Amino acid sequence: MNTRLLIVVLTLGAVIASALGVVYTRHQSRQIAVHLGELEIHRDDVIAEWSRLQLEQAWLGDAGNIETTARDQLGMATPASTRILVIGHE
Amino acid sequence: MNNESRNMAPIGRLYGFLLIFLLCSVALIARAVNLQVTETEFLQGQGEARFMRDLVVPTRRGNIVDRSGEPLAVSTPVDSVWVHPGELLQSPENIAPLAAVLKSDAEEMERHLNQRSGKEFVWLRRRLHPDVAAAIEALDLPGVYLQKEYRRFYPAGEVAAQVIGFTNIDEVGQEGLELTYNDWLQGKPGLMRVIRDQRGRTVEYSEVLREAEHGHDLALTIDRRLQYLAYRELKQTVLKHGASSGSVVLLDIATGEVLAMVNQPSYNPNQPGTDGEGLRNRAVTDVFEPGSVMKTFSIAAALEAGIVVPTSPIETSPGSINVSGHTISDHRNYGLIDVTGIITKSSNVGATKLALQLQPEQLWSVYNRFGFGEVTGSGFPGESAGVLRNYRHWRRVEQATLSYGYGLSATVLQLAEAFAAIADEGRLRRPSLVQGASNPAVSIIDPKYAREVAAMLETVTSEQGTGKSARVGNYRVSGKTGTSRKASAGGYASRYVATFAGFAPASNPRIVAVVTINDPSAGEYFGGLVAAPLFSTVMGGALRLLDIPPDNYTEVVAQSEANEPASIGEIDGGAD
Repeated sequence: MNTRLLIVVLTLGAVIASALGVVYTRHQSRQIAVHLGELEIHRDDVIAEWSRLQLEQAWLGDAGNIETTARDQLGMATPASTRILVIGHE
Repeated sequence: MNNESRNMAPIGRLYGFLLIFLLCSVALIARAVNLQVTETEFLQGQGEARFMRDLVVPTRRGNIVDRSGEPLAVSTPVDSVWVHPGELLQSPENIAPLAAVLKSDAEEMERHLNQRSGKEFVWLRRRLHPDVAAAIEALDLPGVYLQKEYRRFYPAGEVAAQVIGFTNIDEVGQEGLELTYNDWLQGKPGLMRVIRDQRGRTVEYSEVLREAEHGHDLALTIDRRLQYLAYRELKQTVLKHGASSGSVVLLDIATGEVLAMVNQPSYNPNQPGTDGEGLRNRAVTDVFEPGSVMKTFSIAAALEAGIVVPTSPIETSPGSINVSGHTISDHRNYGLIDVTGIITKSSNVGATKLALQLQPEQLWSVYNRFGFGEVTGSGFPGESAGVLRNYRHWRRVEQATLSYGYGLSATVLQLAEAFAAIADEGRLRRPSLVQGASNPAVSIIDPKYAREVAAMLETVTSEQGTGKSARVGNYRVSGKTGTSRKASAGGYASRYVATFAGFAPASNPRIVAVVTINDPSAGEYFGGLVAAPLFSTVMGGALRLLDIPPDNYTEVVAQSEANEPASIGEIDGGAD
């Protein structure tokens, strides 16, 4: 009789504990999901930033722009072949 | 008594209250049963609709990069604004500020939305400027939403426009490699069911309905520096000679990789307009009669057939020859020359005399093996195969004209492929535009004949040759000029195609370049005068950019070491 009561009480306790556990983990999983969402947004922002930087770099590194700057602003020119010194590397 | 009546009243009240509570609970239970049993489906559906969302997991279209990883096409996110007309029209006073931010007419917008009030999704404006998107977000109106979309940018602009192509507003490839490799670049958007709280944050991922597959990057064999160089020079040449169009193709001989492929006219792929002329990748889609550059292959056929050797004498006097009633003539009478001289001087008579000694099948077979009349297999959309008629249908005069490049048509890329095979001792490789393509070399002609033809081609840039202006300082250049009249309805018009096809350095060929200029109208029209100088600047720049040592490398070093003090002094003087 006493054993049976004990089992019932213990089971009841376990049920309550597991119910609380479910509530807790569920809460936790939602919090983590929110965090994941934030991180994904951050990741997307970073990827977006990266693509913008790539574009900016491509624009700055554009041969046309570099050439214009070199020729017009820095007064650079391609040297004639007679003025090129070939250096051996063997 | 008094006591009794005092006791009775509370008992009556007690029962009264009990009854009321009982009724209340019965009502509650009845309602609960009603909700739980009869309306449960509707309510659950409504409830889920309020927090369950099927979320499309967008994929980013892969970038297109050149051979060294420099971006040629990049997708970057921008905001687009859409509205739920029903929600927005509940408070029409919100339309005015929205229209103000978008700089559009409020009344018209209201009319537009009223017409679509039954819908749940209407695009208002796509690809917003980031500032406008921020302003709309700040307004925070009900029924107005921002959607992240990707927009594609092409930093190389018109320089590589036709090769890369472009996408439509939904980022689906429309032209060029964007079209060919659309599936590879695009990826597949995923679908995910999520639970969101009232602030729109995702609080739980309940299930993945479809896994997202992101777009892959595409690495081309194009070298952005060479592409730019070739484009700049081509544009200048087309302008200078009043030409209608032109193309340049550069191939890496050892791998068959396309290093540069440029066309004029071009367009800005960042704002593709309606101008159809610039859209075509002429180097691959347009065919022309190659003219004298084909002598390279008819002489190869003659050598292979064993009827001549490079030093065999050929009489070309009096500078013309009659074939089945047609007169084929040279620019002037070259007299007695050898087979090499046919290439050096570009003698139609000489080429005709050799071709007529061949069996039609022998000539056809060589042309066919070099890839004429067949698509190169570069995988470019709309690629032309050109026309090479079967030798069984050839008339005698056709066999003669074919030997100097009339009566067949080819693309610039086909010519480049064929010249690369001559340069690589008779090994033909399918040209490739994308890295990692498998294109094993096929030996199509005895290396001996390929070397002999290559040696003849070097004489073209000699003092006596037709292609002197294709020379590049410190390098030996092999090549062949071509000038062909364009076929038109009434025979051949006085419109020309100037061509130069060649490779360098001659002692160890690394790069093939083919240049064509259509309709030069400013006086000069010979391949040697119009196309060869362009070849020279592009080839010279390419050899320098790719660090390819000159043929007479040790000689050049010795020479500059001997001149060292003078050269240094000169350079110092120049810097002052």
